Amino acid sequence: MTVEALLARVAALVPGATPLGGEVARGQAVIVLERRALPAALETLRDHPETRFEMLSDLTAADYLGRTPRFEVVYQLYSPSLNHRLRVKVPVPENDPAVPTATGVWKSANWAEREVWDMFGIRFAGHPDLRRILMYPEFEGHPLRKDYPVDKRQPLVPERDPITQPWYPHRSGAA
Amino acid sequence: MAGADGAAGDVMEIQMGPSHPASHGTIKFNLRLDGETIVDVEVEIGYLHRGFEKMCEQGTWNHCFPYADRLNYASPILNNVGFALAVEKLAGVTAPERCQYIRVIGGEISRLTDHLTCLGMAANELGAISAGFYMLEAREFLYDLVEAMTGARLTVTYCRLGGVMKDLPADMKERTAGALKQVRRILTDCDRLLSRNRIFFDRMVGIGTLSRADAISYGLTGPLLRATGVPYDVRKAEPYLVYDRIDFSVPTGTSGDNYDRFMVRMAEMEQSMRIIEQALANLPEGPIAITDPRYFLPPKQEVYTSIEGLMNHFKLVIEGQKVPPGEVYVATEGGNGELGFYLVSDGSGRPYRVRVRPPSFYGMGALGDMLRGRMLADIITTFGQINMIGGECDH
Repeated sequence: MTVEALLARVAALVPGATPLGGEVARGQAVIVLERRALPAALETLRDHPETRFEMLSDLTAADYLGRTPRFEVVYQLYSPSLNHRLRVKVPVPENDPAVPTATGVWKSANWAEREVWDMFGIRFAGHPDLRRILMYPEFEGHPLRKDYPVDKRQPLVPERDPITQPWYPHRSGAA
Repeated sequence: MAGADGAAGDVMEIQMGPSHPASHGTIKFNLRLDGETIVDVEVEIGYLHRGFEKMCEQGTWNHCFPYADRLNYASPILNNVGFALAVEKLAGVTAPERCQYIRVIGGEISRLTDHLTCLGMAANELGAISAGFYMLEAREFLYDLVEAMTGARLTVTYCRLGGVMKDLPADMKERTAGALKQVRRILTDCDRLLSRNRIFFDRMVGIGTLSRADAISYGLTGPLLRATGVPYDVRKAEPYLVYDRIDFSVPTGTSGDNYDRFMVRMAEMEQSMRIIEQALANLPEGPIAITDPRYFLPPKQEVYTSIEGLMNHFKLVIEGQKVPPGEVYVATEGGNGELGFYLVSDGSGRPYRVRVRPPSFYGMGALGDMLRGRMLADIITTFGQINMIGGECDH
């Protein structure tokens, strides 16, 4: 399927999907979705026989400081069976940075959403275990936000006894 | 405490890592064990986080190439090539044909060193120390080639936007033929030592298995996915560079266990060597970089002798290449699977957003499911076959 045909098909399947065309997309298939369409729209894209995006290749975000809405969560979908790609972009406002989770649609969303929370401070409603993944729990701020200064220092963290204060108190039997 | 999660007997909590002698790479497993059986495991990463994406936003596009090297330092040229292709797609330029062949050659040499590192270490950790060191010996022959090509063994910074840094050495064909001969000899030895070895077999077959559907849902790519029988290889699925002109096959497994992952990597190395030989045989003459003054530095001769050249050089170095606004996601086949770059440009000389899709990050995400219910010792083989490279996973 060509990019145009795929975009037309996706627009028919998913209500509210706006194809992003023109020079910005560089010929790749991109749609913009509103967050209230998630995760049902993603499930449709995964299961429909003409799209079959069984793999969430990557999930990330971008911070467009000064623009409204400020954030964008970006899903890179790939279909191993039909060999095509689609990028889904979901705008997220600054005052309520939250998106419904995609962990029920693809398993890879689990860690990827944790990383987006860690780096951008965007919450994923319904995520089973949303905590930092690359940074440590005491880290202050979300480093990939544009207003996080690149040379910012972090406070010293007192040593933590990993047995009595594990990283994941809600899961541990010890806490 | 006793009987948590309904398991029989006492459950013991153990933290393995982040620096454990039996695992290469800084990674921590928070384990709950019943005897030696893993009841639950929590995989913690992030010990090698260096803020790759944040750093890339600070410099110009060309400043990112050294950082890209250091993502997967077992296969630096592949990262370099992946990043270069993404920026070129964004800028709308195509590297000359000779450069594309050189990138294929460099990339496949890197894939060989990546697989040799992974398999050598995996053998080492299972006690097959000689086989491990044989593979590292093979890697040395390839590092010699990389050094002849780029001047460095590991931190190569070989690619640029629109080209490569320098041409192949004049005797590249002879050097490569010599090195590949040695690598083939060593791989034959290692195959004899390992592939039908009873101990190796028992530790690998049926361990770390993941079903095909789970592997896809977890976003596994590369040898991990191909071991489950899905022939997804970006070089075939979306041919880039000159891979569509080269004859090679994509080895797949059937069961998705550690042994299949090992065998897929072994078979891929032979394919990589075939690709290198074909690319070298068909290597065309011509320039190794574009001459577009908006993106590529002028020759030093012009910089020192003409005002236009000097200004061009100055603007590119100080302001960076003004890549038109837009965004792309470009996937390439890295050593561990789909290595993708999602780039956003705002039209200034600096990247607005650089996102790397690290293949081993998603492999590590699936590790918990591969291990639950298995034995403590299986962590080592399974973790070894994921080939987690800290720089890439934690980026």
